[in-house]
Amino acid sequence: MSLELHMTRHATENLIESLSRNLSPVRPLRPPLRRALLWLFAVALLAGVALWRWSNLELFMARNDDPRLMWERTATLLTGISAIVAAFYLSLPDRSRLWGYMAIPPLLVWIACAGLGCLKAGVGWGPPGDHMGETLRCFRFIVMVSVPLALLLYLVLRRARPLQPLPVALSAALGVAALAAFILQFFHPFDSTAIDLAMHFGAVLTIIAAAAAARRVLT
Amino acid sequence: MRAAQAGDSRKYDSLLRSVTPYIRSLTRRYCRDAALCEDVVQDVLLTVHRIRHTWDPQRPFSPWLAAIAARRAIDRIRRDSRIARFEVRDETAFETFAAEPANHDSGALRAAEAIEPLLAALPERQRRALEAVKIRGLSVAQAASESGQSVAALKVNVHRAVKALRQLVAQEPKDE
Repeated sequence: MSLELHMTRHATENLIESLSRNLSPVRPLRPPLRRALLWLFAVALLAGVALWRWSNLELFMARNDDPRLMWERTATLLTGISAIVAAFYLSLPDRSRLWGYMAIPPLLVWIACAGLGCLKAGVGWGPPGDHMGETLRCFRFIVMVSVPLALLLYLVLRRARPLQPLPVALSAALGVAALAAFILQFFHPFDSTAIDLAMHFGAVLTIIAAAAAARRVLT
Repeated sequence: MRAAQAGDSRKYDSLLRSVTPYIRSLTRRYCRDAALCEDVVQDVLLTVHRIRHTWDPQRPFSPWLAAIAARRAIDRIRRDSRIARFEVRDETAFETFAAEPANHDSGALRAAEAIEPLLAALPERQRRALEAVKIRGLSVAQAASESGQSVAALKVNVHRAVKALRQLVAQEPKDE
């Protein structure tokens, strides 16, 4: 054994001694599914109160008759829920990386339904002028709802100190942006134009990019 | 590990000592250098300590530990290759290139190295005379008494040696 190796091994022994000496008791994290569901329940409560207070629920229910819209809303909600559950699993070192793909199928259904609605309504690029202001409002809505949700989610996720923060950040951001897009449906009583759609997904991508840039907050 | 999570430092110490060879064998899969592996082992131990609350007592311990070891080893390899790609490792670079006099010294050293085979080609008396006067810096009188030659003979030998060296240098292929 070389002198350098001998010294490094000696340093390992010292490290173990010092880690054991400074040990403090810790409470193991609860299972990831339970933590994710708790977080979602808290958000559902908050969102429920806000929707009951400010949204037009009757109009939302009336538009539920359209099966395409129904599929789109369900897929958006499922994308949000599955991406958030996946983020909790990905934050732990010994869970499968395949959790990262869990949100892909509902995401594809969401994109397909939204695109189909755009074509079916025949509104193309949509009328210019005041409608452009409407789409900017959608963008702002998704960003404004996503940011506090993302902060809340980061607070909970960072307890796991993920070794690979990027997949966790991406999944968490997709989750909160999809939830924000779902909540937006309660305030969006018209069919989406292509610009609407671009704005919705542009907002989702903005949130994902910002969360990826802030991934170090998780570690 | 369950006892360690509860704060039992004696059991934690024995756990870390018993898993260290296992961590070592895991990290060997990723790096060949034993000293570097030991660095990774220390990194893994620190990470285990930092995120010990993420191990679920209902789940097996070794996949959790193996995942941390693999992650840390890969991170280390990536960091080293990134450093190797963007940085030049040369411990003597500062001494050799940073200060102007150092460059002069290295030039003189290179010249001395280059002239050595040419000196060896000179006749013995001429080489000794030249070394004594021009390289060791002795006076002509000192060099003459040291070599047992007369002052005049020494001067002649130095003169002939310089002339011969000039010819040898002129015959040398030029380095471009």
